[in-house]
Amino acid sequence: MGTVSRGFGGRRRRHAPELPPGQYLVEDFPVLSAGPTPRVDLGDWEFTIATETGERHRWDWAAFRALPAESVTVDIHCVTKWSKLGTGWEGVSLDTLMDGVETSAGFALAESYGGYTTNLPLEDLLDGKAWVAFRFDGEDLAPEHGGPARLLVPHLYFWKSAKWVRGIRLLDSDEPGFWESLGYHDYGDPWREQRYWGD
Amino acid sequence: MARAAVLGRLIWRVARVAAVRDETPTARTLVLDVDGWPGHLPGQHVDVRLTAADGYSTQRSYSIASAPDGTRLELTVQRLDDGEVSPYLTQVLRPGDPLELRGPIGGWFVWHPEDATPVLLAAGGSGVVPLMAMVRTRVAHASPTPVRLIYSTRTPDTVLYRDELRQAAAGDPQLRVDLVYTRGGPAGWSGPVGRLDASRLATLAWPPGAAPGCFVCGPTGFVEAVANLLVDQGHDPQRIRTERFGPSGG
Repeated sequence: MGTVSRGFGGRRRRHAPELPPGQYLVEDFPVLSAGPTPRVDLGDWEFTIATETGERHRWDWAAFRALPAESVTVDIHCVTKWSKLGTGWEGVSLDTLMDGVETSAGFALAESYGGYTTNLPLEDLLDGKAWVAFRFDGEDLAPEHGGPARLLVPHLYFWKSAKWVRGIRLLDSDEPGFWESLGYHDYGDPWREQRYWGD
Repeated sequence: MARAAVLGRLIWRVARVAAVRDETPTARTLVLDVDGWPGHLPGQHVDVRLTAADGYSTQRSYSIASAPDGTRLELTVQRLDDGEVSPYLTQVLRPGDPLELRGPIGGWFVWHPEDATPVLLAAGGSGVVPLMAMVRTRVAHASPTPVRLIYSTRTPDTVLYRDELRQAAAGDPQLRVDLVYTRGGPAGWSGPVGRLDASRLATLAWPPGAAPGCFVCGPTGFVEAVANLLVDQGHDPQRIRTERFGPSGG
Protein backbone atom coordinates (compact mmCIF):
# COMPACT_ATOMS: atom_id res chain seq x y z
CA MET A 1 0.00 0.00 0.00
CA GLY A 2 1.18 3.51 -0.80
CA THR A 3 1.75 6.40 1.54
CA VAL A 4 -1.50 7.32 3.29
CA SER A 5 -2.80 10.74 2.28
CA ARG A 6 -3.80 12.57 5.45
CA GLY A 7 -7.46 13.51 5.34
CA PHE A 8 -8.25 11.64 2.12
CA GLY A 9 -11.32 9.44 2.23
CA GLY A 10 -12.14 8.88 -1.40
CA ARG A 11 -15.49 9.87 -2.82
CA ARG A 12 -15.98 7.72 -5.87
CA ARG A 13 -15.26 4.36 -4.34
CA ARG A 14 -17.75 1.65 -5.13
CA HIS A 15 -17.52 -2.02 -5.73
CA ALA A 16 -16.36 -2.25 -9.32
CA PRO A 17 -14.56 -5.48 -10.08
CA GLU A 18 -14.58 -4.45 -13.76
CA LEU A 19 -12.09 -1.68 -13.00
CA PRO A 20 -8.40 -2.43 -13.53
CA PRO A 21 -5.97 -1.08 -10.91
CA GLY A 22 -5.55 2.70 -10.82
CA GLN A 23 -8.60 3.36 -13.03
CA TYR A 24 -11.74 5.34 -12.23
CA LEU A 25 -15.13 5.32 -13.89
CA VAL A 26 -16.42 8.02 -16.20
CA GLU A 27 -19.79 8.43 -17.83
CA ASP A 28 -18.71 10.78 -20.61
CA PHE A 29 -16.24 9.93 -23.35
CA PRO A 30 -13.07 12.00 -23.04
CA VAL A 31 -11.02 12.71 -26.14
CA LEU A 32 -7.25 12.34 -26.19
CA SER A 33 -5.10 12.76 -29.24
CA ALA A 34 -1.67 14.12 -30.03
CA GLY A 35 -2.60 16.42 -32.88
CA PRO A 36 -5.43 17.85 -34.96
CA THR A 37 -8.26 15.56 -35.98
CA PRO A 38 -7.50 14.41 -39.55
CA ARG A 39 -10.19 14.90 -42.15
CA VAL A 40 -10.83 11.70 -44.00
CA ASP A 41 -13.25 11.71 -46.90
CA LEU A 42 -15.09 8.41 -47.30
CA GLY A 43 -14.40 8.60 -51.04
CA ASP A 44 -10.67 8.52 -50.35
CA TRP A 45 -10.74 6.17 -47.38
CA GLU A 46 -9.09 2.82 -47.64
CA PHE A 47 -7.89 0.15 -45.30
CA THR A 48 -4.85 -1.94 -46.16
CA ILE A 49 -3.28 -5.00 -44.62
CA ALA A 50 0.32 -5.40 -45.77
CA THR A 51 2.03 -8.68 -44.96
CA GLU A 52 5.68 -9.23 -44.15
CA THR A 53 6.23 -10.38 -47.74
CA GLY A 54 4.80 -7.16 -49.15
CA GLU A 55 1.46 -8.61 -50.20
CA ARG A 56 -1.30 -6.03 -49.84
CA HIS A 57 -5.00 -6.50 -49.16
CA ARG A 58 -7.05 -3.39 -49.70
CA TRP A 59 -10.62 -2.32 -49.04
CA ASP A 60 -12.28 0.94 -50.00
CA TRP A 61 -15.18 2.13 -47.84
CA ALA A 62 -17.85 0.29 -49.84
CA ALA A 63 -15.91 -2.98 -49.80
CA PHE A 64 -15.16 -2.60 -46.11
CA ARG A 65 -18.79 -1.92 -45.24
CA ALA A 66 -19.89 -4.88 -47.34
CA LEU A 67 -18.01 -7.18 -44.95
CA PRO A 68 -20.01 -8.78 -42.15
CA ALA A 69 -20.03 -6.50 -39.11
CA GLU A 70 -20.48 -7.34 -35.44
CA SER A 71 -22.02 -5.46 -32.56
CA VAL A 72 -19.92 -5.67 -29.41
CA THR A 73 -20.28 -4.30 -25.90
CA VAL A 74 -16.96 -3.85 -24.16
CA ASP A 75 -15.22 -1.97 -21.34
CA ILE A 76 -12.52 0.50 -22.37
CA HIS A 77 -9.58 1.68 -20.27
CA CYS A 78 -7.50 4.77 -21.04
CA VAL A 79 -3.95 5.02 -19.74
CA THR A 80 -4.87 8.50 -18.44
CA LYS A 81 -6.90 6.59 -15.79
CA TRP A 82 -10.49 6.77 -16.97
CA SER A 83 -12.48 3.67 -17.76
CA LYS A 84 -15.85 3.46 -19.42
CA LEU A 85 -17.91 0.33 -18.99
CA GLY A 86 -20.33 -1.31 -21.36
CA THR A 87 -19.60 0.75 -24.47
CA GLY A 88 -21.43 -0.32 -27.63
CA TRP A 89 -19.62 -0.53 -30.95
CA GLU A 90 -20.18 -1.87 -34.41
CA GLY A 91 -17.25 -2.98 -36.49
CA VAL A 92 -15.60 -5.60 -38.63
CA SER A 93 -13.65 -8.23 -36.75
CA LEU A 94 -9.96 -8.44 -37.57
CA ASP A 95 -10.59 -12.16 -38.00
CA THR A 96 -12.80 -11.26 -40.96
CA LEU A 97 -10.23 -8.88 -42.41
CA MET A 98 -7.40 -11.38 -41.89
CA ASP A 99 -9.35 -14.22 -43.49
CA GLY A 100 -7.33 -15.24 -46.52
CA VAL A 101 -4.26 -13.22 -45.51
CA GLU A 102 -1.22 -15.52 -45.59
CA THR A 103 1.22 -14.58 -42.88
CA SER A 104 3.65 -15.98 -40.36
CA ALA A 105 4.25 -12.55 -38.79
CA GLY A 106 4.21 -12.24 -35.02
CA PHE A 107 3.61 -8.50 -34.79
CA ALA A 108 1.42 -5.77 -36.18
CA LEU A 109 1.80 -2.03 -36.55
CA ALA A 110 -1.45 -0.13 -36.95
CA GLU A 111 -1.12 3.04 -39.02
CA SER A 112 -3.54 5.96 -39.04
CA TYR A 113 -4.47 8.93 -41.14
CA GLY A 114 -2.54 11.80 -39.58
CA GLY A 115 0.54 9.66 -39.00
CA TYR A 116 -0.24 7.95 -35.70
CA THR A 117 1.01 4.40 -35.19
CA THR A 118 0.71 1.75 -32.48
CA ASN A 119 2.16 -1.74 -32.22
CA LEU A 120 0.84 -4.97 -30.82
CA PRO A 121 1.40 -8.69 -31.14
CA LEU A 122 -0.66 -10.07 -34.01
CA GLU A 123 -2.33 -12.59 -31.71
CA ASP A 124 -3.90 -9.67 -29.82
CA LEU A 125 -5.78 -8.73 -32.98
CA LEU A 126 -7.17 -12.23 -33.61
CA ASP A 127 -9.70 -14.65 -32.12
CA GLY A 128 -12.46 -12.14 -31.47
CA LYS A 129 -10.29 -9.63 -29.63
CA ALA A 130 -10.18 -6.72 -32.10
CA TRP A 131 -12.31 -4.85 -34.61
CA VAL A 132 -12.18 -1.98 -37.05
CA ALA A 133 -15.11 -0.06 -35.58
CA PHE A 134 -17.22 2.46 -37.48
CA ARG A 135 -20.16 3.06 -35.13
CA PHE A 136 -20.25 3.98 -31.46
CA ASP A 137 -23.41 3.99 -29.37
CA GLY A 138 -25.54 3.53 -32.49
CA GLU A 139 -24.08 6.53 -34.34
CA ASP A 140 -21.43 6.87 -37.01
CA LEU A 141 -18.12 7.26 -35.22
CA ALA A 142 -17.41 10.98 -34.71
CA PRO A 143 -14.14 12.31 -36.16
CA GLU A 144 -12.75 13.27 -32.74
CA HIS A 145 -13.31 9.71 -31.57
CA GLY A 146 -11.53 8.27 -34.60
CA GLY A 147 -14.15 8.28 -37.35
CA PRO A 148 -14.71 7.18 -39.98
CA ALA A 149 -13.14 4.05 -38.47
CA ARG A 150 -10.82 3.16 -35.64
CA LEU A 151 -9.19 0.08 -34.29
CA LEU A 152 -10.91 -1.34 -31.21
CA VAL A 153 -8.74 -3.55 -29.00
CA PRO A 154 -10.51 -3.25 -25.67
CA HIS A 155 -8.34 -5.66 -23.68
CA LEU A 156 -5.38 -3.25 -23.98
CA TYR A 157 -5.12 0.41 -22.93
CA PHE A 158 -7.10 2.52 -25.34
CA TRP A 159 -4.12 4.15 -27.10
CA LYS A 160 -3.74 0.77 -28.83
CA SER A 161 -7.20 1.31 -30.38
CA ALA A 162 -5.79 3.57 -33.08
CA LYS A 163 -8.15 6.32 -34.23
CA TRP A 164 -8.49 7.04 -37.98
CA VAL A 165 -6.90 3.71 -38.75
CA ARG A 166 -5.87 3.21 -42.37
CA GLY A 167 -4.07 -0.06 -42.24
CA ILE A 168 -2.05 -2.69 -40.51
CA ARG A 169 1.48 -3.75 -41.36
CA LEU A 170 2.38 -7.29 -40.37
CA LEU A 171 5.95 -7.61 -39.15
CA ASP A 172 8.35 -10.35 -38.18
CA SER A 173 9.75 -8.26 -35.34
CA ASP A 174 8.15 -5.80 -32.96
CA GLU A 175 8.40 -2.13 -33.92
CA PRO A 176 7.35 0.50 -31.38
CA GLY A 177 4.57 2.86 -32.37
CA PHE A 178 4.04 6.53 -31.52
CA TRP A 179 3.40 6.46 -27.77
CA GLU A 180 5.45 3.29 -27.34
CA SER A 181 8.47 5.33 -28.51
CA LEU A 182 7.65 8.14 -26.09
CA GLY A 183 7.70 6.35 -22.77
CA TYR A 184 4.51 4.32 -22.86
CA HIS A 185 4.49 0.55 -22.37
CA ASP A 186 5.07 -1.69 -25.36
CA TYR A 187 2.12 -3.98 -24.59
CA GLY A 188 -0.26 -2.00 -22.35
CA ASP A 189 -2.29 -4.53 -20.36
CA PRO A 190 -4.55 -2.52 -18.01
CA TRP A 191 -4.97 -5.44 -15.62
CA ARG A 192 -1.21 -5.50 -15.06
CA GLU A 193 -1.14 -1.69 -15.05
CA GLN A 194 1.40 -1.56 -17.87
CA ARG A 195 1.24 2.20 -18.43
CA TYR A 196 4.85 3.21 -18.97
CA TRP A 197 8.23 1.75 -19.83
CA GLY A 198 9.32 -0.63 -17.12
CA ASP A 199 5.83 -1.14 -15.61
CA MET B 1 19.38 16.84 -17.35
CA ALA B 2 15.91 16.85 -18.81
CA ARG B 3 16.94 14.70 -21.77
CA ALA B 4 16.47 11.61 -19.69
CA ALA B 5 12.89 12.57 -19.07
CA VAL B 6 11.17 9.49 -20.38
CA LEU B 7 13.90 6.92 -19.99
CA GLY B 8 13.81 4.12 -17.50
CA ARG B 9 11.25 2.95 -15.05
CA LEU B 10 8.92 5.49 -13.51
CA ILE B 11 8.96 4.79 -9.81
CA TRP B 12 6.54 6.20 -7.28
CA ARG B 13 8.18 8.91 -5.19
CA VAL B 14 6.96 10.59 -2.05
CA ALA B 15 7.05 14.34 -2.61
CA ARG B 16 6.79 16.77 0.27
CA VAL B 17 4.55 19.82 0.01
CA ALA B 18 6.83 22.82 0.56
CA ALA B 19 4.17 25.50 0.04
CA VAL B 20 0.80 26.14 -1.52
CA ARG B 21 -0.24 29.22 -3.45
CA ASP B 22 -3.73 30.18 -4.52
CA GLU B 23 -3.83 31.32 -8.14
CA THR B 24 -7.57 31.96 -8.38
CA PRO B 25 -10.48 31.15 -6.03
CA THR B 26 -10.59 27.64 -7.58
CA ALA B 27 -6.99 26.92 -8.56
CA ARG B 28 -4.03 26.26 -6.31
CA THR B 29 -0.37 25.71 -7.01
CA LEU B 30 1.39 22.99 -5.02
CA VAL B 31 5.11 23.54 -4.54
CA LEU B 32 6.70 20.13 -4.09
CA ASP B 33 10.13 18.85 -3.15
CA VAL B 34 10.77 15.50 -4.79
CA ASP B 35 13.91 13.63 -3.73
CA GLY B 36 15.59 12.06 -6.72
CA TRP B 37 13.47 13.93 -9.29
CA PRO B 38 15.13 13.16 -12.63
CA GLY B 39 14.22 16.46 -14.27
CA HIS B 40 11.55 17.17 -16.84
CA LEU B 41 10.78 18.99 -20.04
CA PRO B 42 8.13 21.70 -20.07
CA GLY B 43 4.80 20.21 -21.14
CA GLN B 44 5.22 16.93 -19.28
CA HIS B 45 2.94 15.73 -16.50
CA VAL B 46 2.99 13.56 -13.41
CA ASP B 47 0.66 10.91 -12.07
CA VAL B 48 -0.50 11.63 -8.54
CA ARG B 49 -1.75 8.84 -6.26
CA LEU B 50 -3.88 9.38 -3.17
CA THR B 51 -4.37 6.58 -0.67
CA ALA B 52 -6.99 6.43 2.08
CA ALA B 53 -6.27 4.90 5.49
CA ASP B 54 -8.05 1.68 4.52
CA GLY B 55 -5.92 1.20 1.41
CA TYR B 56 -8.32 2.60 -1.21
CA SER B 57 -6.33 4.60 -3.71
CA THR B 58 -6.90 6.57 -6.86
CA GLN B 59 -4.70 8.27 -9.43
CA ARG B 60 -4.91 11.36 -11.64
CA SER B 61 -2.56 13.17 -14.01
CA TYR B 62 -1.49 16.80 -13.54
CA SER B 63 0.66 18.95 -15.77
CA ILE B 64 3.86 20.38 -14.38
CA ALA B 65 3.65 24.18 -14.21
CA SER B 66 7.26 24.96 -13.35
CA ALA B 67 10.46 25.11 -15.36
CA PRO B 68 13.00 22.40 -14.52
CA ASP B 69 14.52 23.38 -11.18
CA GLY B 70 16.41 20.58 -9.47
CA THR B 71 14.18 18.58 -7.15
CA ARG B 72 11.49 21.26 -6.93
CA LEU B 73 8.30 20.93 -8.88
CA GLU B 74 5.09 22.94 -9.10
CA LEU B 75 1.67 21.63 -10.09
CA THR B 76 -1.31 23.92 -10.55
CA VAL B 77 -4.58 22.13 -9.85
CA GLN B 78 -7.95 23.42 -10.98
CA ARG B 79 -10.66 22.35 -8.55
CA LEU B 80 -13.58 20.44 -10.05
CA ASP B 81 -16.43 20.57 -7.60
CA ASP B 82 -17.56 17.02 -8.35
CA GLY B 83 -14.01 15.72 -8.51
CA GLU B 84 -12.50 13.20 -6.16
CA VAL B 85 -8.87 14.27 -6.21
CA SER B 86 -8.76 17.97 -7.09
CA PRO B 87 -10.82 19.10 -4.04
CA TYR B 88 -8.35 17.25 -1.82
CA LEU B 89 -5.31 18.75 -3.52
CA THR B 90 -6.71 22.28 -3.46
CA GLN B 91 -8.43 22.32 -0.08
CA VAL B 92 -7.00 19.67 2.23
CA LEU B 93 -3.35 19.15 1.35
CA ARG B 94 -1.04 21.50 3.26
CA PRO B 95 2.66 22.22 3.62
CA GLY B 96 4.53 19.32 5.19
CA ASP B 97 2.17 16.69 3.81
CA PRO B 98 3.49 13.85 1.64
CA LEU B 99 2.18 13.40 -1.87
CA GLU B 100 2.90 10.33 -3.96
CA LEU B 101 3.70 10.91 -7.59
CA ARG B 102 5.61 9.52 -10.50
CA GLY B 103 6.92 11.07 -13.66
CA PRO B 104 7.78 12.90 -15.73
CA ILE B 105 5.39 11.46 -18.29
CA GLY B 106 4.85 12.30 -21.94
CA GLY B 107 7.46 12.88 -24.57
CA TRP B 108 5.37 14.51 -27.28
CA PHE B 109 3.72 17.64 -25.89
CA VAL B 110 7.08 19.10 -24.88
CA TRP B 111 9.12 22.11 -25.82
CA HIS B 112 12.90 21.91 -26.06
CA PRO B 113 14.43 25.24 -25.03
CA GLU B 114 17.21 24.92 -27.62
CA ASP B 115 14.58 24.89 -30.40
CA ALA B 116 14.69 28.33 -32.05
CA THR B 117 11.54 27.85 -34.14
CA PRO B 118 8.81 30.40 -33.32
CA VAL B 119 6.25 28.99 -30.92
CA LEU B 120 2.52 29.44 -30.75
CA LEU B 121 0.93 28.51 -27.46
CA ALA B 122 -2.86 28.36 -27.34
CA ALA B 123 -4.43 27.78 -23.94
CA GLY B 124 -8.03 27.22 -22.98
CA GLY B 125 -8.65 27.70 -19.24
CA SER B 126 -6.41 25.59 -17.04
CA GLY B 127 -4.83 24.25 -20.23
CA VAL B 128 -2.40 27.10 -19.70
CA VAL B 129 -0.53 25.09 -17.05
CA PRO B 130 1.85 23.06 -19.27
CA LEU B 131 2.23 26.08 -21.56
CA MET B 132 3.27 28.15 -18.56
CA ALA B 133 6.04 25.62 -17.94
CA MET B 134 7.23 26.39 -21.47
CA VAL B 135 7.09 30.16 -20.91
CA ARG B 136 8.96 29.78 -17.62
CA THR B 137 11.58 27.53 -19.18
CA ARG B 138 12.10 30.07 -21.94
CA VAL B 139 12.62 32.78 -19.32
CA ALA B 140 14.95 30.58 -17.26
CA HIS B 141 17.09 29.86 -20.31
CA ALA B 142 16.97 33.47 -21.50
CA SER B 143 15.92 31.89 -24.78
CA PRO B 144 15.49 34.28 -27.72
CA THR B 145 12.86 32.03 -29.32
CA PRO B 146 9.85 34.16 -30.23
CA VAL B 147 6.75 32.97 -28.41
CA ARG B 148 3.13 34.01 -28.69
CA LEU B 149 0.71 32.86 -26.04
CA ILE B 150 -3.00 33.13 -26.74
CA TYR B 151 -4.82 32.43 -23.51
CA SER B 152 -8.57 31.98 -23.60
CA THR B 153 -10.27 32.46 -20.26
CA ARG B 154 -13.79 33.21 -19.09
CA THR B 155 -13.19 36.40 -17.18
CA PRO B 156 -10.27 38.23 -15.53
CA ASP B 157 -11.02 36.29 -12.32
CA THR B 158 -10.14 32.97 -13.92
CA VAL B 159 -6.71 33.97 -15.25
CA LEU B 160 -3.84 31.92 -13.88
CA TYR B 161 -0.39 33.53 -13.50
CA ARG B 162 -1.69 36.96 -14.57
CA ASP B 163 0.98 39.13 -12.96
CA GLU B 164 3.84 36.84 -13.90
CA LEU B 165 2.71 36.71 -17.52
CA ARG B 166 2.30 40.47 -17.65
CA GLN B 167 5.78 41.05 -16.25
CA ALA B 168 7.40 38.48 -18.49
CA ALA B 169 5.84 39.98 -21.61
CA ALA B 170 6.50 43.59 -20.57
CA GLY B 171 10.25 43.15 -20.56
CA ASP B 172 10.54 41.00 -23.63
CA PRO B 173 9.61 41.93 -27.19
CA GLN B 174 9.93 38.28 -28.22
CA LEU B 175 7.16 37.18 -25.87
CA ARG B 176 3.63 38.26 -26.63
CA VAL B 177 0.71 37.34 -24.40
CA ASP B 178 -2.87 37.93 -25.53
CA LEU B 179 -5.84 37.18 -23.33
CA VAL B 180 -9.09 36.18 -24.97
CA TYR B 181 -12.08 36.69 -22.67
CA THR B 182 -15.00 34.45 -23.50
CA ARG B 183 -17.51 35.83 -20.95
CA GLY B 184 -16.37 39.28 -19.96
CA GLY B 185 -13.26 41.45 -19.97
CA PRO B 186 -11.75 43.57 -17.19
CA ALA B 187 -13.05 47.04 -16.33
CA GLY B 188 -12.37 49.36 -19.21
CA TRP B 189 -11.82 46.49 -21.65
CA SER B 190 -12.59 47.67 -25.15
CA GLY B 191 -11.52 44.52 -26.96
CA PRO B 192 -13.78 41.75 -28.16
CA VAL B 193 -15.45 39.27 -25.82
CA GLY B 194 -16.19 35.77 -27.04
CA ARG B 195 -14.61 32.58 -28.17
CA LEU B 196 -11.39 32.55 -30.09
CA ASP B 197 -12.64 32.63 -33.68
CA ALA B 198 -10.92 32.43 -37.03
CA SER B 199 -10.29 36.14 -37.45
CA ARG B 200 -8.92 36.66 -33.95
CA LEU B 201 -6.73 33.61 -34.24
CA ALA B 202 -5.38 34.80 -37.57
CA THR B 203 -4.65 38.21 -36.03
CA LEU B 204 -2.94 36.89 -32.91
CA ALA B 205 -1.14 33.78 -34.16
CA TRP B 206 2.00 33.54 -36.24
CA PRO B 207 1.22 33.39 -39.93
CA PRO B 208 1.56 29.86 -41.35
CA GLY B 209 4.57 31.06 -43.35
CA ALA B 210 6.50 31.46 -40.09
CA ALA B 211 6.06 27.67 -39.62
CA PRO B 212 5.67 27.92 -35.86
CA GLY B 213 5.58 24.95 -33.57
CA CYS B 214 2.03 25.01 -32.18
CA PHE B 215 0.98 23.73 -28.78
CA VAL B 216 -2.75 23.70 -28.06
CA CYS B 217 -4.03 22.71 -24.63
CA GLY B 218 -7.43 22.96 -23.02
CA PRO B 219 -10.81 21.29 -22.91
CA THR B 220 -11.66 19.11 -25.89
CA GLY B 221 -14.01 21.67 -27.49
CA PHE B 222 -11.31 24.35 -27.38
CA VAL B 223 -8.59 22.07 -28.68
CA GLU B 224 -10.73 20.70 -31.51
CA ALA B 225 -11.80 24.19 -32.56
CA VAL B 226 -8.38 25.83 -32.41
CA ALA B 227 -6.49 22.93 -34.00
CA ASN B 228 -9.04 22.82 -36.84
CA LEU B 229 -8.77 26.60 -37.34
CA LEU B 230 -4.98 26.41 -37.46
CA VAL B 231 -5.17 23.68 -40.11
CA ASP B 232 -7.77 25.72 -42.05
CA GLN B 233 -5.45 28.74 -41.93
CA GLY B 234 -2.63 26.79 -43.50
CA HIS B 235 -0.60 25.51 -40.58
CA ASP B 236 0.98 22.10 -41.08
CA PRO B 237 -0.99 19.53 -39.04
CA GLN B 238 2.32 17.81 -38.24
CA ARG B 239 3.44 20.95 -36.40
CA ILE B 240 0.36 21.15 -34.18
CA ARG B 241 0.61 19.28 -30.90
CA THR B 242 -2.41 18.95 -28.69
CA GLU B 243 -3.19 18.02 -25.12
CA ARG B 244 -6.71 17.88 -23.78
CA PHE B 245 -8.17 18.36 -20.35
CA GLY B 246 -11.46 16.51 -20.09
CA PRO B 247 -14.06 17.29 -17.44
CA SER B 248 -13.26 13.82 -16.12
CA GLY B 249 -9.89 14.90 -14.84
CA GLY B 250 -11.30 14.69 -11.32
